[in-house]
Amino acid sequence: MKIQDIQQLLDAQVVCGEESLGKHVYSACGSDMMSDVLAYVKDQAVLLTGLVNSQVIRTAEMMDMVCIVFVRSKSPNEEMIELAKDSGIVLMKTEKRLYEACGTLYVNGLIGNGKKI
Amino acid sequence: MSEILNFHYEVDGTDFTSAGQSSVSVKKELRRLGLPAEIIRQVSIAMYEGEINMVIHAHGGVADINLYEDKIEIILEDHGPGIKDIDLAMQEGYSTAKENIRSLGFGAGMGLPNMKKYTDEMYIDSVVGVGTKVRMIVNIPG
Ligand SMILES: Nc1ncnc2c1ncn2[C@@H]1O[C@H](COP(=O)(O)OP(=O)(O)O)[C@@H](O)[C@H]1O
Ligand SMILES: [Mg+2]
Repeated sequence: MKIQDIQQLLDAQVVCGEESLGKHVYSACGSDMMSDVLAYVKDQAVLLTGLVNSQVIRTAEMMDMVCIVFVRSKSPNEEMIELAKDSGIVLMKTEKRLYEACGTLYVNGLIGNGKKI
Repeated sequence: MSEILNFHYEVDGTDFTSAGQSSVSVKKELRRLGLPAEIIRQVSIAMYEGEINMVIHAHGGVADINLYEDKIEIILEDHGPGIKDIDLAMQEGYSTAKENIRSLGFGAGMGLPNMKKYTDEMYIDSVVGVGTKVRMIVNIPG
């Protein structure tokens, strides 16, 4: 799936990183606990979260993730956008809740571990 | 084996928003130097967890990254409260973090175990009331 497909499926608004919408991603994870993302995630390229602070961007950067989706219409602030641009990470936001957003991507083929359903 | 490069950072303990800045900077430096992606990821995750710990548990501290030909050494030193029982602190899920830290996305008690998992060697020196020094080594395969 391309990052632009995520945008369409989630009816999301891109905050920054438009130039990377054509990148392919093969797996994703959803969490509000960055501790858990750092401990359990492996090679997931997309993070869906309801948490909004600079640590979300830094955590994604540490994990080599390429796209962050903020759920429930949460908006990243200027500092977060700058950090994301610096790291080449796409930020987008959707009105959907975490469960629904993850489920939508999952049934459309973007599953947790990059394998086929 | 002599050290090739050193990166030194002061980690501000008063501002959670800036926590992790040094780790992001190290990651960019290591990328620029062309080290293998997996090594960079190991170093940056371990350092990030340690940096967050210094901010949320120890009012900040200093970080030194020493790059050698065959390994990367990460030294994090603070003058915080210290760790009373290191074996207990190393257990997955053990955390003294309060709800305010959890609401920021941290405090699951996975930091120290994660640091151990991502490094080849890890040593903790800690004295209650004096501070904590964590030294980690990631080997660079030859
Ligand atoms: N630099 C430090 N100074 C004092 N205590 C620390 C430090 N690092 C870790 N600790 C203690 O060890 C516990 C476990 O650390 P960690 O595994 O990173 O989990 P967490 O940070 O989520 O609490 C912490 O809750 C804290 O009590
Ligand atoms: Mg921790």
